[in-house]
Amino acid sequence: MNPEDLLYTKEHEWIRISGDTGTVGITDHAQSELGDIVFVELPKVGDKLAAGKSLGTIESVKAVSEIFCPVSGEIIEVNTPLVDAPETVNADPYGKGWLVRLRIENRPSEGLLSAKQYEEYVGQG
Amino acid sequence: MADKRTALFPVHQKLGAKLIPFGGWTMPVEYTGIAKEHTAVRTAAGLFDVSHMGEFEITGRQALDLVQYVTSNNAALLTDGQAQYSVLPTPEGTAVDDLLVYRYSQERFMLVVNAANIEKDFAWIQSQNRFDAQVVNISDETSLLALQGPRAAEILRSLTPISLENIRRYHFAFGPVLGIDATISRTGYTGEDGFELYFPAHHSATLWNGILAAAEPAGLLPAGLGARNTLRLEAKLLLYGNDLDETTPLLEAGLGWVVRLDRGEFIGRDSLVKQKSDGVRRKLVGFEMLGRDIARDHYPVYINGKEVSHVSSGSPSITLKKNIGLTYLPVEHSAIGTKIQVLVRGRACEAEVVPTPFYKRKDS
Repeated sequence: MNPEDLLYTKEHEWIRISGDTGTVGITDHAQSELGDIVFVELPKVGDKLAAGKSLGTIESVKAVSEIFCPVSGEIIEVNTPLVDAPETVNADPYGKGWLVRLRIENRPSEGLLSAKQYEEYVGQG
Repeated sequence: MADKRTALFPVHQKLGAKLIPFGGWTMPVEYTGIAKEHTAVRTAAGLFDVSHMGEFEITGRQALDLVQYVTSNNAALLTDGQAQYSVLPTPEGTAVDDLLVYRYSQERFMLVVNAANIEKDFAWIQSQNRFDAQVVNISDETSLLALQGPRAAEILRSLTPISLENIRRYHFAFGPVLGIDATISRTGYTGEDGFELYFPAHHSATLWNGILAAAEPAGLLPAGLGARNTLRLEAKLLLYGNDLDETTPLLEAGLGWVVRLDRGEFIGRDSLVKQKSDGVRRKLVGFEMLGRDIARDHYPVYINGKEVSHVSSGSPSITLKKNIGLTYLPVEHSAIGTKIQVLVRGRACEAEVVPTPFYKRKDS
């Protein structure tokens, strides 16, 4: 149920890499754990982020959760409709609920998981 | 020590509830989603397992005298079958706990206390008992289900021969629900009409499943502690540990209405007389965020660049679609319309003091 063509982090983000562009979101497991998402705070286009640094914040009714950048790069697009419709992240975490696109500076060599590895990790968690 | 579980733990697991630690217990925080459960309670009904709450039975010739001595409200005003909200004051006029006092008869009362405080409250009351009265902690063998919402009465009517029309707000009756003897109390912690049912714990699954099965067509949903919190905050019902504790003078918390000084000696009376005559320095107020940012418990609160307080309870309001909270403010800065700033991840976000309760049901 986690798309095979994505890479995953242990902090429950996903990234779709296409050439030097990466699209980032949170996993279905993450949105389900958070519950009803009511607030999304994202970086600005042009922001440069290092892998592992904070990408933004997602809040559900009950909880505040920080999102981490899976790779280093510069933000080239932000999913601004989420500001008015944060529940989209619950409804479609791998589609319309994407968070940002970035130009990847360094291809990650390690630390990212395949769909299968991520499922095993979540299962263990 | 492992967290305690209510008798319904396996039932919650089967329903797919998200379970979290709460006050020493493992409790369901949500089943189908906090917003959906919250809305069900505001528009139809919700069923909560709140069996983690504590119950003490006080019996004996001087049962009333003991209740009067340890609580702040006037339990002598209660008639049989009536309940009241009250506080267990400290000698300093702050709160050991807040609670409900039920009068079954002059010689039999039940106190309902917060889950996290059961041992503390029981030891406290025991230590103050110089009366001909016995205090028994019946928490473990007592379950508590809360059936809350505008359709709660209609749902319960089909499950009991007891005439619910005769049970007014803050009153109760004793009788069968689905054949199980229960204390049927018209009380709750949601700001809606509703009932709380106290009954022997071994009947928990029968009653829970029976109510759900009978009431699903009416729009009833099982509801967790997440919705319970957002509902109670909209109605400005205080949460012990957040909005009230052993450091909070009761009059600062706005609890003057359950502090009855027009009667004899009770714990904290002298301090409370002084609170009343001296006036209070702070006041618990409700606020509304002016932007999109959400105020959360413990976030710092500023006025004119100076930190003056923190958020005691903060959350999105599902009903009002705003972000709301409670905080203690200096009295001179507590008027409706006062601008305050809540620090959200390092940013000062504008908020305004507003009238409370944030939500009031139409027929109340």
